[in-house]
Amino acid sequence: MAFQLKVNGQARDVDAVGDTPLLWVLRDNLGLTGTKFGCGIAQCGACTVFLDGKPLRSCSLPVSAVGGAEITTIEGISGRESEAVQRAWVTRDVPQCGYCQSGQIMSAVALLKAIRKPSDRDIDLAMNGNLCRCATYVRIRAAIHDAARTLEG
Amino acid sequence: MDTKGQQASPPAAAATALRPVSAFAAIADERTRAIALFQEAAKVITHPRCMNCHPAGERPTQTERMQPHQPLVVRGADGHGAPGMTCATCHHAANYDPAGVPGHPDWHLAPLSMGWQGRSVAQICEQIKDRARNGGRDMAALVQHMAEDALVGWAWAPGAGRTPAPGSQAEFGALVRAWAAAGGYCPAP
Repeated sequence: MAFQLKVNGQARDVDAVGDTPLLWVLRDNLGLTGTKFGCGIAQCGACTVFLDGKPLRSCSLPVSAVGGAEITTIEGISGRESEAVQRAWVTRDVPQCGYCQSGQIMSAVALLKAIRKPSDRDIDLAMNGNLCRCATYVRIRAAIHDAARTLEG
Repeated sequence: MDTKGQQASPPAAAATALRPVSAFAAIADERTRAIALFQEAAKVITHPRCMNCHPAGERPTQTERMQPHQPLVVRGADGHGAPGMTCATCHHAANYDPAGVPGHPDWHLAPLSMGWQGRSVAQICEQIKDRARNGGRDMAALVQHMAEDALVGWAWAPGAGRTPAPGSQAEFGALVRAWAAAGGYCPAP
């Protein structure tokens, strides 16, 4: 079945079975492999993308349900929050193996869009659905605080 | 039917059917009939499909065993989760069985005032009638919510791997309507 998706600001034509997870379409059909498969059951957060600017687990949404919504992946995020997060991630050397980090960054950017100066609790509640087998959680939290501070200026 | 000490969660053995309103017609005493009707409706109310999102605390539960929701999520200011981790982050407009994630366009938690977990059927009965706790609903609005609300109706179409609530929403709605018509009496605490 043919779908036309809006991905990272571009119209993309996709031929896929309607029940296919958006994640597979992004990775296999469109080659956007920055978004990762972790669990396939919305438990780990590795597949987080934005749908109309809101974070979403792309493994739990069939491509047929996307419609005309705007999809943003790790390859396409931009703006003050994403730049602040990117800088903070580099400064703090947050990733270890890196596999989960695109999902972590998407969730961190979404949090900073929602709460400009999040508390530790805000961070924990927003980020606990993004698992990290390397346990970089302490650096993630610190980096989000760093990013928030840079956004104050 | 004595309900003393009956706890609402989790049910020991979930029923799969509801007795129809007509099964209660022979109960002449209105109060007794109303209580019996509510007890029958409570098979739905106390089912995990309903109770899981009526937690007494800030966290929902999940599965037939009503385990703490994984990942950790909270009710948030409006029942739709915390900023950056809302219900809609994972739960979309419809059930998605390939990922095992249930869905509905307005997936959210009941307000804390409508937390049912750990409460007896009698306590829940008083709670859902209390307009200070039930969102300001009078009996008519309460019946309509039970009988027609689409998110309530999800309990009968919960997706693969989940036991639906007993009976149907229409049967449940009829029981609640008949309970209200019989005076809306509650079991003794």
